[in-house]
Amino acid sequence: MSKVVYEKSRGLTDAPLTYCPGCSHGIIHKLVAESLVELDVLENTIAIAPVGCSVLAYNFFNCDGVQAAHGRAPAVATGIKRVIPDKIVFTYQGDGDLASIGTAEIIHAAHRGDNFTVIFVNNATYGMTGGQMAPTTLINQKTSTSPYGRQEATTGKPIKVSELMAQIPSAAYIERVSVHDVQHIAKTKKAIKKAFEYQIEGKGFSMVEVLASCPIGWNMPPVEAAKFIAGGLMPYYPLGCYRDIHAEGGSGA
Amino acid sequence: MKVLMKGNDAISEAAIQAGCKAFFGYPITPQNEIPEYMSRKMEASGGVFVQAESEVGAINMIYGAASAGVRCMTTSSSPGMALKQEGISYICGANLPCVIVNVARCGPGLGGILPAQSDYFQSTRGGGNGDYYMPVFAPSTVQECWDLVFHAFDVADKYRTPTLILLEGLLGQMMEPLEMTKRPPVTVDKSWCTDGNADKRPRNVVTSLSLYAEVLEQMNIDRFKVYEEITKNELMVENSVKDGDTVAIVAYGTPSRIALNAIEELAAEGINAGLIRPITLWPYPYEVFQNLPSSVEHILVAELSMGQMVEDVRLGVEGKYPVHFYGRTGGSIFEPSEIAAKVREIVKGAK
Repeated sequence: MSKVVYEKSRGLTDAPLTYCPGCSHGIIHKLVAESLVELDVLENTIAIAPVGCSVLAYNFFNCDGVQAAHGRAPAVATGIKRVIPDKIVFTYQGDGDLASIGTAEIIHAAHRGDNFTVIFVNNATYGMTGGQMAPTTLINQKTSTSPYGRQEATTGKPIKVSELMAQIPSAAYIERVSVHDVQHIAKTKKAIKKAFEYQIEGKGFSMVEVLASCPIGWNMPPVEAAKFIAGGLMPYYPLGCYRDIHAEGGSGA
Repeated sequence: MKVLMKGNDAISEAAIQAGCKAFFGYPITPQNEIPEYMSRKMEASGGVFVQAESEVGAINMIYGAASAGVRCMTTSSSPGMALKQEGISYICGANLPCVIVNVARCGPGLGGILPAQSDYFQSTRGGGNGDYYMPVFAPSTVQECWDLVFHAFDVADKYRTPTLILLEGLLGQMMEPLEMTKRPPVTVDKSWCTDGNADKRPRNVVTSLSLYAEVLEQMNIDRFKVYEEITKNELMVENSVKDGDTVAIVAYGTPSRIALNAIEELAAEGINAGLIRPITLWPYPYEVFQNLPSSVEHILVAELSMGQMVEDVRLGVEGKYPVHFYGRTGGSIFEPSEIAAKVREIVKGAK
C-alpha cells in the first residue's frame, strides 16, 4: 500500500503559478495556503492581491480574492474586515507596494489596529516592472534604476519596515522571517500561522515580513539568490519578532 | 411632517435610512457635517464609520466594503475628489456599487472653500484612467438631496456601478424644510461578492485586471452595454420650456433656482424664457435640445464655472441654435439680475 506523504495544499488552486524559476513567491503562497487550511478558515478568507509580481495571487489562493490598487491593499482590507469582521482577511504585498507607494495605508491600518494579516514579501526590488530600485534595495545593490549601485548620498538608506512597524502602539504582532533554506521556511510557516491565529482570536493587526529572492531581478541563479538572502539581506534586515503585545510578560519590542 | 435640515445632514441621514452600512471619509470643507453626522449615527444603526488616513484611503476602503457586498458611501469635496479618482477608476473596472458625494468647492488646486460647479468635467468625464462613466446626480434642493441618495444607492446596486451625487457647497450648507420620505432598497443579486462564504458557493474574485487584450476589450464592451441601459432608463431632466419661449436657459443644481428667478424677472418685461435642468449630468439629456418648441431662438447656459456643461449643451444642440454662456467662478455666485441682463443682451443682439 502506498501512502501519501506530501500533496499540494487545497489552499491553492490548480492554476499554474506565473512566477520566475527560483522566485520565493511559490513557497510563501504554499505556506499561507497550508496555514489557512490547517486553521480551517480557507473558505471564509478573503485574499487581497497587490500590484506587482503577485498581482494574480487571487488566481492562486483557493478562496475569495480581491485585487487592490498599488499600495492600497491595507485600506481595501480595512473596508472588507470592518464590514465582515468574522471573516479572515489578509493582504499579500511586495516591498514596492507596501514600503513605497503604500506607506500611508500600511501605517494607518496598523495604527487603527485593524484586525487583519499582512504578508509582506521583501525582495529588495521591483520585480514585476523589471528590477528597479526599491526603498528596500541595499546600498551598492545594482538595479535597473541604480545601474551603478544604490548610492546612500542620493537615495538614503534602505527602509526597515518591521522595525518601523514595531513602533506602532496598536500593532499586535510584527515578525521578520526568511525562506532561503528549509529550516527558515519552517520558521516562516510558524510565523504566518501565528499571525492568522492572532487574527482569528481578534488580537489585532499582524504582519509577517518575509525576506525573499528575485533571481531574475537580481541577475543571479536561484541558488546564489538564496545565498544572497542570507549573506546580503539578513545582515541589514535581522530576523526576529519585533513586536508581540501578547507575548508572555512582554508588551512588544 | 417636515423637518428643517442642512443639505449635508439630509444626505447623511438619507444614506443611513437607505441601508448604508459603511461610511469612510476624510475631513475637508464644505462636507465636514457628513462624516461628523456619520460618526455620531452609523454605529447605532448597525453600520461602520472609519475616518480614513486620506481620501485615497477612504475610496479604497469603499472598494473593499463594496467588494464584500455592503451598501457603502464616501463623501468629499473637490480637491479630495481629485485624490479619489484612482479608486473610482478601479471601482468602475471591478463593477462595484457604491455612492460617492462631492460637495463641491472652487478650484483649481486648493482654490477656495466657496461653492462652485467647476468639477463638472471631473464628475462626468472621469479623472481616472480608462474607458468609464458613472451616473452623476445633481440635486437643487435639500429635498432632492434626500431623494437622490436613495435613488443613487438603488442605481448603484442595480447596474453595479459607483454613482456620484454632485452638489455645490451652497446646498450642503443650506437649511430647508425636508420631508423624510423613506423607500425600501431595490432587491439585487449580490452572489458575485467576496464576503468569505466560499464554503456555500464557488469562490469569487473582484478585479479590474486582465492581461489579455480580447478579454479586457470584451469587459469594456460589456460595461458599455450597461451604460447604454443606464442611458435608456435613468436619464433625469426637468424641462419647463414652453411654446412661446424664445430663450432656453440651461442650469443645474442650486444655480438653476437663481435662473428661475431671472426667468420671472424677464417675464414681467415680456421676454419669455424657460428652464432646462439636467438632474443626471451623466447620462446627459442631449435629446431635450432636439425637441424644443419652434419659438426657441437661443440657448443660454448658466454655470458657476468658466464653462464646462456648456460643452455638453453644444453636443446636444448640434448647431441648431446659438449657444451662449454666462458663468461666475472662484466662489462668486450670480444674481438673477445678471442672468436676466445676459438674456436681454442675447435677445437684443438677435433683433
